[in-house]
Amino acid sequence: MAPWQGQLIKIDDYHWEIPQSYKAGMRVPGLIYASGEILNSIKAEQTPEQVANVAFLPGIIKFSMAMPDIHWGYGFPIGGVAAMDIKEGVISPGGVGYDINCGVRLLRTNLTEAEVRPKINQLINELFRNIPSGLGSEGKIRASHKEMRELMIEGAKWAVRHGFGSQDDLEVTEEGGCLEGANPDKISDKAMKRGKPQAGTLGSGNHFLEVQVVKEIFEPKIAKAMGIEETGQILVLIHTGSRGFGHQVCTDQLRIMEEAVSRYGIKLPDRQLACAPIESPEGKDYFAAMACAANYAWNNRQCIAHWTRESFSKVFGKSPEELGMRQVYDVAHNIAKMEEHTVDGKKVKVCVHRKGATRAFPAGHKDIPQQYKEIGQPVLIPGDMGRCSFVAVGTQRAMEESFGSTCHGAGRMLSRSAARRSLKGKDIVRELAERGILVKAGDIPSLAEEASQAYKDVTEVIEAVHQAGISRKVVMAVPLGIIKG
Amino acid sequence: MVKEATGKSFEIIDHTADVGIIAYGAEIKQVFVNAALALFSLITELEDVGEELKYDVEVASEDRESLLVEWLNELVYLFDAEHVLLQRFDIQELSNTRLKAACYGEKFDPSRHRIKTGVKAATYHMLRIDKDNKGYKAQVIFDI
Repeated sequence: MAPWQGQLIKIDDYHWEIPQSYKAGMRVPGLIYASGEILNSIKAEQTPEQVANVAFLPGIIKFSMAMPDIHWGYGFPIGGVAAMDIKEGVISPGGVGYDINCGVRLLRTNLTEAEVRPKINQLINELFRNIPSGLGSEGKIRASHKEMRELMIEGAKWAVRHGFGSQDDLEVTEEGGCLEGANPDKISDKAMKRGKPQAGTLGSGNHFLEVQVVKEIFEPKIAKAMGIEETGQILVLIHTGSRGFGHQVCTDQLRIMEEAVSRYGIKLPDRQLACAPIESPEGKDYFAAMACAANYAWNNRQCIAHWTRESFSKVFGKSPEELGMRQVYDVAHNIAKMEEHTVDGKKVKVCVHRKGATRAFPAGHKDIPQQYKEIGQPVLIPGDMGRCSFVAVGTQRAMEESFGSTCHGAGRMLSRSAARRSLKGKDIVRELAERGILVKAGDIPSLAEEASQAYKDVTEVIEAVHQAGISRKVVMAVPLGIIKG
Repeated sequence: MVKEATGKSFEIIDHTADVGIIAYGAEIKQVFVNAALALFSLITELEDVGEELKYDVEVASEDRESLLVEWLNELVYLFDAEHVLLQRFDIQELSNTRLKAACYGEKFDPSRHRIKTGVKAATYHMLRIDKDNKGYKAQVIFDI
């Protein structure tokens, strides 16, 4: 693909603007968060063009934003943030993506590397056995039609009500694990059919469950508030979303929006940006259906966290409570949310699209749990399976600048097929094993797609958002064992 | 793999997060068939798929491009919801807004089939159908 050669204005070392004049039709400028080095890799593809295209959407406020882990998506870039005025703006399924409420959940433990490493084989096998993963995998939850409807409305609460985890988990989940406004009447039979058997499954692709070791603590006081006290401590990171259910919801809704676009007289540079006014019937229906999928995903991570605790308990012969397996936090990174923000000194209600971006609210914000009021909302940033992951916190600057948003991960650099051509799954398993990382996967050849070489270095990504001031890094952890679908 | 006498039936193109296909055909019908074959060749090894079951598919849309997306999404749905792998497509009716086809394949069997890639959906991104003197050519990007 040809490199992007459009105009960029350097604001400072980590902020780059695509002027509104770059392309006729842009309603606001574009803003890319990146270091100079990351920017070069972003410009190697047409990704900035997609940032400019999002700026065409009616009602967009301030900027069409891109995080340093941005990469080329379909319509919207992955790593994009766009906030729309609720009265005049649009909502776009493409601004959320197919994997609605793909996100991450972090559990802490009292265990140390010294205790876990000798048993890692047994632990990973047990997790792999206990947590349904892989393509077409079917869950252990056999929800009836009626129960599926309840699950879509209740999200993680549904799982807790059925004995998977506790109220404490919900307190430390974005939105309490339940996005309001879900309406199962807006869900097609097809979505229902795809979703029912897949409830409570990890899935495949870039989804994973990782047993990690804390390697570095940058902010001991903040880390302590999250229950992360020392290097060598064991954490568990769960990354999954709404599976085939969310994919079908997005497919169904995009089709409706596709037809609505011309009816509302909206002109778009890319069909995949299809959207409708937030307050139109199509806009409201999308939100109601998306909320069902978001809740399905939270239920999913809630169930998987429960089975993770079960597996640890079995392997270490202690209860999850004795093992201190508390949830640190759970964040969505593909979602649209109605939020209140201050723009030009005025409070406004906006619809924030985060596609491959994480909410990063500051200390004191009303929507973050009591125990984190003083430190800010935890932000979980997984890296690729060979490098490391970060825990960060939201900042006031994010609130003022990026609608309380930051990056979501490493960001893909090599296409999946390019990765498969140059790398072999079994070599990756061996190389990781030599470095003390055990991987168990349903399909070994597919692992090539998820190799470190296919991703940007998450350390550079986190450094860019840290330096830009839209989140603060707190903890860095490295993988010890991984299960992948 | 079914190749046309005139040349290749489809090719796979790179896209950073996702994967795309270009389907060829002297006639538009053939393009729709080849796009479906390209989709299932991303999912599995087509030569391992038998022909035990028949699925009738009918889709409608507002123009030919979106009809192609609709058709492929129907097949993605059959794969994900019914766990069916398809390898032959007989398009019985095709206009710019309607398609009727019989699709042949079998249920996914882990002992005989390998799933290479899970496809989430066919997208409208960079979607195009072109015609030149050699015939038709369609491009579709999948989210995988």
